[in-house]
Amino acid sequence: MVRAVSADEVAPSRHAWPIEAAGLSVKAGRHLAVDGLDLRLGTGVHGLLGPNGAGKSTLMRALATVVRPHRGTLRLLGIDATAGRALRPVRARLGYLPQQFGFYPRFTVRDAVEYMAWLREMPSSAVPAAAQQAIDRVRLTDRADAKLKSLSGGMLRRAGIAQAIVNEPDLLLLDEPTVGLDPEQRVEFRELIRELGADSCVLVSTHLVEDVVAACTDVVLMGDGSLVFQGVPADLIRHGETGGVGDSPAERGYSVLLHRHRDAA
Amino acid sequence: MTAHVAPHVAPAALAAYAAGTLGPDPATTWTIEVHLERCAQCRARLGELAAPPLRALLDDTRTTILAKARSGPRPVPRSPLQGRLRRWRLRWTGWSVLGWAAMTCSAILAAVLLDWNYPDRPSVVLLLAPVAPLAGLAVTWSHRANPAWETIAGTARAGLELLLRRTLAVLALVLPPLTVAGLALGRNPALWLLPCLTFTAATLLLGSRIGVPLASALLGGGWLAAAGAVTFGHGSASATAPAEALIRAETMPAWAAAAVVLALLTALRADHLRNPATWR
Repeated sequence: MVRAVSADEVAPSRHAWPIEAAGLSVKAGRHLAVDGLDLRLGTGVHGLLGPNGAGKSTLMRALATVVRPHRGTLRLLGIDATAGRALRPVRARLGYLPQQFGFYPRFTVRDAVEYMAWLREMPSSAVPAAAQQAIDRVRLTDRADAKLKSLSGGMLRRAGIAQAIVNEPDLLLLDEPTVGLDPEQRVEFRELIRELGADSCVLVSTHLVEDVVAACTDVVLMGDGSLVFQGVPADLIRHGETGGVGDSPAERGYSVLLHRHRDAA
Repeated sequence: MTAHVAPHVAPAALAAYAAGTLGPDPATTWTIEVHLERCAQCRARLGELAAPPLRALLDDTRTTILAKARSGPRPVPRSPLQGRLRRWRLRWTGWSVLGWAAMTCSAILAAVLLDWNYPDRPSVVLLLAPVAPLAGLAVTWSHRANPAWETIAGTARAGLELLLRRTLAVLALVLPPLTVAGLALGRNPALWLLPCLTFTAATLLLGSRIGVPLASALLGGGWLAAAGAVTFGHGSASATAPAEALIRAETMPAWAAAAVVLALLTALRADHLRNPATWR
């Protein structure tokens, strides 16, 4: 049978940037972890780099609408994400893996993924197939009906990725998704996010500079709550040609940019 | 739906569409495509008209998919009833509710035993009953007690809908033991079921402003502290216990009116319950 494409699938988007933040400040407790950040991200895979305490996770939480911004404007998928009423349609098109992926240990992988699909308001008839597909994509098919408490750290991380991608989000936020993955799984993961980034906006927060260089179309570097650098991975590598600390040009570029930012501050 | 989209595409037009020789006017193409989207019969006809290379490609695709389906992992058998029960449980109850339910039920049991042994003292059940569901609400909507709060709080259903589901589950667990306790003590259980609903609605309303766990701590703790201090603080002056004075057959219309007003106000503030700060 020939499949027809429905009107919804080809409808043009009405916004220029899936993520658009201006003067964004977000508090973590009493501390202003993100301070006056201006950021615009389009379709593709974006790597969010920065040292510990730079405000990466707080920014991810704000983008996932789990923390309300303290100041500034934040538009997600063209909708003002600081107003309560508008949040529902945005949240249905969002996928999020938190840094600490807490889940009920008695759930099976399938339960967790199906539950998230339901919470993201997928139509009930589409949930089982979408959950199976998400589990297949992270290569957890053989453990789909294992309880979460029986999984290893890397498997749990992959289950977390599955629940984040189950609704085929237009905006996917992954906070340190490669923690606990072995080298082979990391290569598979890079392939997966490249696929996902073809037609949606994927933001991956990580410590691993080589992950960003290998899989991302765009690098965002944060330091002390503000934007230090935004550009393509080749730009990051170019900064590393002139000095800096690290084992690869990209790592040297990372350290050069951070040092420059700290000296300026 | 297909009943409304007749007449079908004319064979000549369909053949031209399949061959790509329909002409430059997009309106003709759209008409056919809109019909094809909804009509399985015409899609099948179009499939037959497809050019040989395309059919070969589709055949290959089908063979590959079938081969993958055979070599891949087997589907997991699960009885429909079991699946439905599982889904139902996931959607209506939180995870940490069971421990809390055990605690609340034992508190009610202890209160019943106290009332039985000291029938001339003010009723402890009457003091405890209005705020019995509040601890459950705090547990289910708390960023401390719920390990999955960060994944749940940012979803489309998080908000009034999910909170109401959780509230109903909590009430369904609390109300039966309270009813049994009331019958065991020879009192009308409706006397404290209504205040129970009023306090629940008040918690949801206050929770939309300051967070559900904090709201239930304030309201529940406040009621227990204030009413308990007056009731048991003066020893023998128990005839004027506030719980007994406030929860009587005569005051029930007031409790009901308050419950309705608070519930309506909560519905008006539904947007605020989407705010992640309500989990604090």
